[in-house]
Amino acid sequence: MTVGAQVGPDLLPYDEAVAQFDPVIGLEVHVELGTVSKMFCGCATEFGAAPNSQVCPTCLGLPGSLPVLNRTAVESTIRVGLALGCDIAEWCRFARKNYFYPDMPKNFQTSQYDEPICLDGHLDVEVPTADGMRPVRVEIERVHMEEDTGKSLHVGGATGRIHGADYSLVDYNRAGIPLIEIVTRPVEGVGSLAPEVARVYVTALRELMRTLGVSDVRMEQGSLRCDANVSLRRLPTDPLGTRSETKNVNSLRSVERAVRYEITRQAALLSSGGRVVQETRHWHEDTGVTTPGRSKEQAEDYRYFPEPDLVPVAPDRAWVEELRAGLPAAPGTRRRELQETWGLSEFEMQSLVNAGAVELVEATVAAGAPQEAARKWWTGELSRNANAQGVDLTALPMTPEQVARVVALVDEGTLNDKLARQVIEGVLAGEGDPDEVVAKRGLAVVSDDGALIAAVDEALAAAPDVAEKIRGGKEAAAGAIVGAVMKATRGQADAGRVRELVLERCT
Amino acid sequence: MSDTDLTRLTAARTAAVIAAGEASALDVTEAHLKRIRAVDGDVHAFLHVDADGARDAARRLDARRSAGEEMGPLAGVPIALKDLIATEGVPTTCGSRMLEGWLPPYDATVTRRLREAGLVILGKTNMDEFAMGSSTEHSAYGPTHNPWDLERIPGGSGGGSAAAVASFETPLAVGTDTGGSIRQPAAVTGTVGVKPTYGGVSRYGLVALASSLDQAGPCARTVLDAAMLHAVMAGHDPLDSTSIDAPVPAVVEAARAADVRGMRVGVVKQFSGEGYQSGVEQRFREAVSLLEELGATVVEVDCPAFDYAMPAYYLILPSECSSNLARFDGMRYGLRVGHDAAASAEEVMASTRDAGFGPEAKRRIMLGTYALSSGYYDAYYGQAQKVRTLIVRDFQAAFEQVDVLVSPTTPTTAFRLGERLEDPLQMYLADLCTIPSNLAGNASMSVPVGLAPEDGLPVGLQVIAPPTADERLYRVGAALEAALGDRWGHLLIDEAPELSLNTTEAAL
Repeated sequence: MTVGAQVGPDLLPYDEAVAQFDPVIGLEVHVELGTVSKMFCGCATEFGAAPNSQVCPTCLGLPGSLPVLNRTAVESTIRVGLALGCDIAEWCRFARKNYFYPDMPKNFQTSQYDEPICLDGHLDVEVPTADGMRPVRVEIERVHMEEDTGKSLHVGGATGRIHGADYSLVDYNRAGIPLIEIVTRPVEGVGSLAPEVARVYVTALRELMRTLGVSDVRMEQGSLRCDANVSLRRLPTDPLGTRSETKNVNSLRSVERAVRYEITRQAALLSSGGRVVQETRHWHEDTGVTTPGRSKEQAEDYRYFPEPDLVPVAPDRAWVEELRAGLPAAPGTRRRELQETWGLSEFEMQSLVNAGAVELVEATVAAGAPQEAARKWWTGELSRNANAQGVDLTALPMTPEQVARVVALVDEGTLNDKLARQVIEGVLAGEGDPDEVVAKRGLAVVSDDGALIAAVDEALAAAPDVAEKIRGGKEAAAGAIVGAVMKATRGQADAGRVRELVLERCT
Repeated sequence: MSDTDLTRLTAARTAAVIAAGEASALDVTEAHLKRIRAVDGDVHAFLHVDADGARDAARRLDARRSAGEEMGPLAGVPIALKDLIATEGVPTTCGSRMLEGWLPPYDATVTRRLREAGLVILGKTNMDEFAMGSSTEHSAYGPTHNPWDLERIPGGSGGGSAAAVASFETPLAVGTDTGGSIRQPAAVTGTVGVKPTYGGVSRYGLVALASSLDQAGPCARTVLDAAMLHAVMAGHDPLDSTSIDAPVPAVVEAARAADVRGMRVGVVKQFSGEGYQSGVEQRFREAVSLLEELGATVVEVDCPAFDYAMPAYYLILPSECSSNLARFDGMRYGLRVGHDAAASAEEVMASTRDAGFGPEAKRRIMLGTYALSSGYYDAYYGQAQKVRTLIVRDFQAAFEQVDVLVSPTTPTTAFRLGERLEDPLQMYLADLCTIPSNLAGNASMSVPVGLAPEDGLPVGLQVIAPPTADERLYRVGAALEAALGDRWGHLLIDEAPELSLNTTEAAL
């Protein structure tokens, strides 16, 4: 897949950039855990609730309030760590990251600093190349726990950002939602594949979170957020170059685009004798560029120190082993099993993975549909709908069971493909189950031969020249009559049966 | 019983009088409200008197009692709370302009437990701003005066709670102790103050100064009263992760037993000599001899790391405090300064903090910000934590030899208002003997042991027990109190001069 190659005065064409420089990337992924309550208090975590309706003294940071650690969040983090092959710390602590910002109720974030709960793991991914799939091991440095901040809404001004805004509103519903941060080691030696590696890695991580059931990982809702670090060096043997950290990368596609953009931007700077500034940059989805944020060279000093309001976390070894034993099969393993069972090519399997449809297809098959049909609907009609709405497949209001039912209706001849698409449209529009939509919209295929024969005869009579050709042995001419019949029955006939009848009537 | 009689009773006796029907909870409450009206103009122990809330609570209690309901051992007894303890709908200022007018939307766990036990909350007491100080002179609302001598400090930061108890405005008060803020005021006002083991009393709803050091505890005129309040306040709280999940030590039983026979008492070698007032040392030595007479064995104990307690404390406390006080920024509650259309959020935060914090709060925020900053952390905060470990080890070694340690609570008696205000280091020395217990998290008490001959002002003796052995404090404190009471024929507080009664104070 090639993503739009942006080239401008300050950018070097991508091929030139990667011919001159060796890119190194690092990814920091924040995942909101799908716990019922927040990290340090009992408040609900539901997305989209009325502003400041899911708050209490603790997540508002009121004077005197204290945090209490959410055990389920710790459990989810350990499961993520185990699935990534990390060591689970026998003893770790939270720390305070001190900085002032209006969406931080305490003006410090309770996070982990030098004592994270998970260390030293990896995630193996496969990157599509012209020569087939290339395996890449992405090393994980750490996975740690922290709390989310509130959300600022800057009103007025042109940018929607704080500078230039007339005033700002803060919603603290998000403050205190459990987050984990998964930090990779520098990914070296992937050369020009760096942007694809970034996308494939985040895709695989998202799939892993979903398989573990620890998060709904919806990038568009911010429950998975990615910061991409990019640096360049002349030779793979050179020390690492100065990096930029790009934030606000809110879709899988933009992960790849942002890395690619940074490579071309930094390459242009370096090749013209400039230097890369270590800084935070902001990705703009609409224009496809990054712009500078705050410079790390004048960065804030976070004055980390151990959080005195919480006791150290010392996960019991027996508990950790219990969690390890309860891990589901890794998505990679499960994928290979499915690929084999279903007899799919690499490409077919990869399309399913890229569409985020593996589990959905699996569930649809479990509900009785053949895999071919299940794949066809999820990667076709349903993916188109999801893309049009800008949401993930899982966010569509249609269940695998309902898709299986549509497949069954097609198989038994009640629906043809065209009608099936209308049924799906009805289900997505909230008109009810497939059967209800069929009934309400009157969509069943006309299967009464008497009615069809009448329609066929009528069509033949209306086009005597065509009828003559068919009678003369030109079966291909039957298509025109079939088309006319389908039109007359508003698509509710089984085209195959109509064709049989046309030929029958012309002998 | 006359109003004066009702205010002179101990908490234990007050509860008994109410239980016997000799006075109602409302009578008791009214007597104390009247006393506050009469003397608090001079003492200034209270920042807020919640007369209506107190009367309502007393009436409800009386109604429940007449309905035959079983009541707790302190039901109907009035109490005052240090003004950093969250009280729903009742002002909680922490002695700071920063929180002027703030009404907490919730009760601290301590507040809730007191209400549930039937204590009647009279109001909120004065304190050094955000509990930083040893004289209550750093309150944004003016100092509290020592009832023994109105020209002198009542100690701090909890000078309001100690002075309220010492001036018979309330039989009980709650304080908090980060480096001595319950014990040092108790010592200089001739009252009893206890810092329970760290984690013994929930910190939920106590506006934090230094989270790893803060601990709430009782202020009272007798050791038994302190024990009874301790028993009500303490106990595990799931809302405080650092709260101890174990039964409360048997403090009331220990106070009733008042028995030190066979106990091994260690005198801390480091807390004597230069800087200690002669009358303080004299009364302390006499009290130690008395303990020996009562059947304890006394030895001297060397705790060399205690010499570094003060510098370590003044790195750890400001570090935690700089972070804890960061939330006061004018964004969500409390004071907001410089808010106009042109000002950025950052500018409003800066103006608010500049206007809202007093000089001592600013000093400690600056110290802590510096101590935690990158490149200095190891040399300051990190090193201080190592000293803290050494102090814990000194205590552990000491408690292998003895059951409790004793020292003067504070090197001098109450100093004059203004005397140390311009000299922070002199001010900090008032907590020299009390700080090690906060760093180690163990239990400590100050109990009155007489008046210094040279100035006639109260002297306190500090008893220190290992973590979770709080009951030992009460055995020693109650034994001393009883023996001294036998000798004097009354409590030390009964020797305090009569305060002039101001009857023109506006009705509350």
